[in-house]
Amino acid sequence: MVAFYLIGAISSVILNKKDSICSYFSFFSAAAGALIGAIFSISVIFGETFYLTPSQDSYLKFGFFVDKLSAFFILVISISVFAVSIFSTGYVKEYFGKKNIGHLGFLYNIFILSMIFVICANNAIMFLILWELMSIISFFLVVYEHEKPETRKAGFIYIVMTHIGTGFILLSFMIFAGASGSFSFETFNAAGMTMTPLLKDLAFIFAFIGFGAKAGIVPLHIWLPYAHPAAPSNVSALMSGVMIKTAIFMMIRVFFDFLGASGSWWGYVVLAVGTISAILGILYAVVEPDMKRMLAFSSIENIGIILIGLGASMIFFASGKPIISAIAAIAALYHLLNHSVFKGLLFIGAGSILYSTHTKNIEELGGIIKKMPLSAILILIGVLSISAMPPFSGFVSEWLTFQSLLLSFNLNNNFAIIMLSISAAFLALTGALAAYCFLKFFGMVFLALPRSEHARHAKEVNIPMLAGMGIFALLSILLGILPVYVLPVLDRITASFIGTGAFSQSISAGTFGMISIPSSQGISILTPVLLAILLILMLIPAIILLINRKTWQPNYETWGCGQPISTARNEYSANAFSKPVQMWFKSLYRPARETEVTYSSPYLKESFKFESRIEQVFEQYLYNPVVDFVMVKSRKAKLIQTGSIHAYLGYIFGILIILFMFVIAGGS
Amino acid sequence: MIAQIIFQLFIIIALAPLLSGIMKKVKAFFQIRKGPGVLQPYYDILKLLQKDSVVSTNVSWIFHAAPVVSFVAVLAAGLLIPIYTTQLYLGFAGDLIAVIYLFALARFFTALASLDAGSSFGGMGGSREMFIASLVEPALMLSIFAVALNVGSTNLGFISQTVSGLGFDAMSPYQILAFVALFIIAIAETGRIPVDNPATHLELTMIHEAMILEYSGKQLAIVELGAMIKQLLIFSLLANIFFPWGIATGGAGAAEYVLALLIFLIKIVIIGITMAVVETSTAKWRLFRLPELMSISLMLSFLAIVAVIIVKGG
Repeated sequence: MVAFYLIGAISSVILNKKDSICSYFSFFSAAAGALIGAIFSISVIFGETFYLTPSQDSYLKFGFFVDKLSAFFILVISISVFAVSIFSTGYVKEYFGKKNIGHLGFLYNIFILSMIFVICANNAIMFLILWELMSIISFFLVVYEHEKPETRKAGFIYIVMTHIGTGFILLSFMIFAGASGSFSFETFNAAGMTMTPLLKDLAFIFAFIGFGAKAGIVPLHIWLPYAHPAAPSNVSALMSGVMIKTAIFMMIRVFFDFLGASGSWWGYVVLAVGTISAILGILYAVVEPDMKRMLAFSSIENIGIILIGLGASMIFFASGKPIISAIAAIAALYHLLNHSVFKGLLFIGAGSILYSTHTKNIEELGGIIKKMPLSAILILIGVLSISAMPPFSGFVSEWLTFQSLLLSFNLNNNFAIIMLSISAAFLALTGALAAYCFLKFFGMVFLALPRSEHARHAKEVNIPMLAGMGIFALLSILLGILPVYVLPVLDRITASFIGTGAFSQSISAGTFGMISIPSSQGISILTPVLLAILLILMLIPAIILLINRKTWQPNYETWGCGQPISTARNEYSANAFSKPVQMWFKSLYRPARETEVTYSSPYLKESFKFESRIEQVFEQYLYNPVVDFVMVKSRKAKLIQTGSIHAYLGYIFGILIILFMFVIAGGS
Repeated sequence: MIAQIIFQLFIIIALAPLLSGIMKKVKAFFQIRKGPGVLQPYYDILKLLQKDSVVSTNVSWIFHAAPVVSFVAVLAAGLLIPIYTTQLYLGFAGDLIAVIYLFALARFFTALASLDAGSSFGGMGGSREMFIASLVEPALMLSIFAVALNVGSTNLGFISQTVSGLGFDAMSPYQILAFVALFIIAIAETGRIPVDNPATHLELTMIHEAMILEYSGKQLAIVELGAMIKQLLIFSLLANIFFPWGIATGGAGAAEYVLALLIFLIKIVIIGITMAVVETSTAKWRLFRLPELMSISLMLSFLAIVAVIIVKGG
């Protein structure tokens, strides 16, 4: 697996003069690596933990280990990489002759490799090095189209935020290292049990902030809507679908494995942050006109949903209910898997639209369902999945999340019941707004009349791109109707960090693809496959009865109160479509609008310009003051930077003297 | 088993227009009009089914598929909801949450189709419909929580069976609070005044009508019938979650089923009349006042959860 990625990376450097050969070599070897990765991870899930320790030296003991949890994440990565790589062979044609494909292929392969190594690392120092490597390579990928100024800005914000995150991770790991006296993750495991509650709390907070910055939790999310749209679409699919999940992986690792999820309030923190991220992420997504930014905001939302499941799981675990805790964790992991699939699909779908129309502004698209019929169907599947429509994949994981929140009634803790119920209400709002958002996306991009020249000249994308989307779409459907085969696998994984499997004790997957979750009094059952069969069985007669050849013949223009509607200017715009939400959450969006009217005579308007903007509250009120403060302070600090080498030598000398004094004082 | 499933489908399709007709008649009575006969909705649908469709030149296959998908999604939801018996053969296919999401699927496709013809009316209707759906959802989920917390399951057959087994003991504060919350939601979901006006064709006020403005003929027939069925199903949810008494719980003969069917009919007619009274006694609200109405519902369902915790002694 590693070899294939390396071959992909090296061959793309060697072949970087020949665009097409280079792209085939790098992306197909990535796809091959992904296939092997998937097989390997499945073998670990059903088999034994895999160890690889090249160095047994007591000072620099490092190695790799792949347990069930890491194997699951390798599986998620491999699935996405496989589909995205196939898509990429078609997509990079866009860059032929304009950009260096060798660079892209090299970075792409190394990026995947770094993610896999991060998952497998068995030592804090090695982990941090690999984590940095992953961040920096993804930074290079973000600024791949560096000739655009906004891309450079995106790259800058990304690298700053990710380093703030790494700083906190470092702090957290130092606490563990201080307690265990070693940097090996195995000793962290033991140290977590013996640490004082205060140290545990600190380690939890630092780790949550540090990994949260990578996962994109609110308010550390600000880099996501810049970085993900700026990167090439195949890379954004991986960043959004997979890279931010490595942070979730480490959260599970640290909270459950190292810290034993012992703090009673930690779960509430994770739950609350998850709920806020979910709702704010989708609220920004609804009003966003740039489709890749919209998808990035929606990633924040989905990370929120995953964290709701994880938070609930931690609450149950800390209350001594491991079985319910396992159910909530299964819900979180299921959503994580689903999200990587449908978000991958939607990102490469957005890439296809961009490829074919050269715009990512929803307002400029429209009507391309007639030009790109196959892409439209595949993207519709992604849209239905992310909107949690039965029988597609998002529905199953949201159902599981709701059910696990409902199981709070098994706790004798009123606070927990109320918190989890409120969280469920927000989750419901999030789900409804997600449907709103993606309905707008699909309706505005694909339906009605084209709103610009860009959309008028759209054409269907090439076969590798369709194949990439097709793999994701197929998986979305399968994950939606056959959770009965997925859940036992997820149960093995959650059992590895919670200690108890939920299967056969509580949740069960029975005949006809039935999932049942019993509570104290009753039982809740869902059979997605039967729902799908029912829908299809009833669709067939309905279609035969109601749709005949004649109704397919369009024969009149759209009703416009007697006036023909012939231009796209009469259509409802994307902004107008999301206006009600904008009005509803006025206080959050703080919309700023400007109108500019010029008159040719007192009665005739010559031109009318209307502009409206949405404020990014977090940037405005949280980050700008901090940035300003740092700028002012650093300007003051500039005073000691004279630029003269003598002065610098003087500083070094001064510090040396102070250090010597410390050493002498310590020695005596 | 198959017979029971088909019979339930038949009942749903057959009764839905009748309920609609009765509600129109009641409204006419309060407006001191004679109004069309209660069978008028049947005539309308039969008439529409015989007509050809006028289809816009702008539309894609979504426009043709949407009414069928929506109709089928609503019918599938109908198989998960107890109508006259709690013994649902397909009850294990999905629970209350699945019903909500099937309705959401139906709504999604209707709203998608509204954008297809490129008319501003459609876009406006779709936008408002999705807006109201987002308003409704949190309150809906909380009231489901209140009910499920009481019963321990989200499967509807089980809920009805348990509540009807409790007899009149089931009438507790949380049931009443959750019922009122769900009643407000039902107003929004069935598109009634003060949320939406089913009788209007005025651009500023219509929501559902604006979405389906482009449909005609057979397609309009199934859109209309789908809306009526959805209304019937929401009323039966109200009836059989909160007042399931008289519903057949299995084990008895045909006589019990006939009786249960009659009782069901009485229950939904009472709910229908109540809805018509609410409709005639209020005016339509501005769209941006609706969040207030929905926060009332949200608060009530939240109180219902708190009440369950207090009553059951947490």
